[in-house]
Amino acid sequence: MTRPKAPPTAATMAVRTALILAIFVVAFSGLLVAAFLSTREAIDAATATEKMKLIGEVLPPGVYDNDLLRDSLSLPPSAALGNDEETTAYLARKAGKASALVFEAVAPDGYSGRIRLLLAVAADGTLLGVRVTQHKETPGLGDYIDPRKDRNKEHPWIRQFDGLSLAAVNDREWRVKKDGGHFDSVAGATVTPRAVIKAVHKALQYVEANRQRLFAEAASPESRGGEQ
Amino acid sequence: MISREEIREIGNNGIWRQNSSLVQILGMCPLLAVTTNLVNGVMLSLATLIVMAMSNVAVALLRNLIPHEIRIPVFILVVAALVTIIDLLFNAHFHDLYLVLGIFIPLIVTNCIVLARVEAFANKNPPLQSALDGACMGIGMLWTLGLLGGLRELIGGGTLLAGIDMVFPALQPLQLLPADYPGLLLAILPPGAFILLGCLIAWKNWVEARAAARKSGRGHDGTPLAVGGSA
Repeated sequence: MTRPKAPPTAATMAVRTALILAIFVVAFSGLLVAAFLSTREAIDAATATEKMKLIGEVLPPGVYDNDLLRDSLSLPPSAALGNDEETTAYLARKAGKASALVFEAVAPDGYSGRIRLLLAVAADGTLLGVRVTQHKETPGLGDYIDPRKDRNKEHPWIRQFDGLSLAAVNDREWRVKKDGGHFDSVAGATVTPRAVIKAVHKALQYVEANRQRLFAEAASPESRGGEQ
Repeated sequence: MISREEIREIGNNGIWRQNSSLVQILGMCPLLAVTTNLVNGVMLSLATLIVMAMSNVAVALLRNLIPHEIRIPVFILVVAALVTIIDLLFNAHFHDLYLVLGIFIPLIVTNCIVLARVEAFANKNPPLQSALDGACMGIGMLWTLGLLGGLRELIGGGTLLAGIDMVFPALQPLQLLPADYPGLLLAILPPGAFILLGCLIAWKNWVEARAAARKSGRGHDGTPLAVGGSA
């Protein structure tokens, strides 16, 4: 105990420095955990509002009276929808009866990559609305599929799908007018609308083929309570 | 506390003399990626300003506790933690603004100007001066990136303030050049950012050279202009 105090060796210096660094790491990790926990609820709420806003774009408010985000079912990956992973669909109900389905589809053959769509289809097969949620089409040329970019503000291109159904437009007419079909397009940018029209058509056929399962499954909301 | 002299010195350094983009040439990665229009440039700068002021204060407060050998990892820890916390807070409480700014906030971590100010200034100065330094460096970045973004947007597409309606829904972008202006894609692409940045640096050096010549040229006649900036 009477040994004179030696200057710290390299080893003790290294240990001390490492300890200080560890203390900083723990302290700042603690800060991050606290920030994450204290903001989690608000972020979840904001994300849900955001999602509802997007759903509100395709689904008229009068069609449903349930809490959509709690009334969801998952759709397996399917070629008809262009999805290669499981997606979530939301079931709209009016007075307990299934009235419409909101789901995602992908047009894989856009001019530059995939175009993600959100669709709302009523129980009778009528298309209530379509919106593009994600795309990489050429700005100023192919991006008119997004109504915010569409120069025609009064009748945005994407709204011509509203109210259509497989019964209203026969199978060979799901094309742009240039190809002898039913749909308008902007000259110089037809690859993009072709991809969207094809994807919407296939999505409607998917709903038609699976209508029993999609809408019947939801007949009794109580029985599906455990899903959320 | 802080003297008027210091305020002037720090302000002048941040906003003009040591301007992060024009003199220190730091933070080129976010500069290239983001200044395709005025609103983006200003938004990224505002987010960086907040982070810089806060990280400077945090490091100034901790500066006597941080061993010299490990200061860089600790600085990175401080900056990354602050950016993450700001990201979470924005997401939770200013969600609409977050949708606009959200992509920029994580980019701040890649901006070496934040680390540079922490190392060069906050590590050696008290918190108040450090906060001012961070804010003024941010203002210097703000006007530079705003100007660069505005020029690129105007030359590239003929508009100004595109995307302003995402920040202030009441405002609309301006169409300054005729609607049939074909646009110059080069200005929007990354090389355009470098070319215009070069022009801005040349302009700043020219302004300074002229000021220096005026100062030293007083009383002489026909002395040639001094050449070369202070960078």
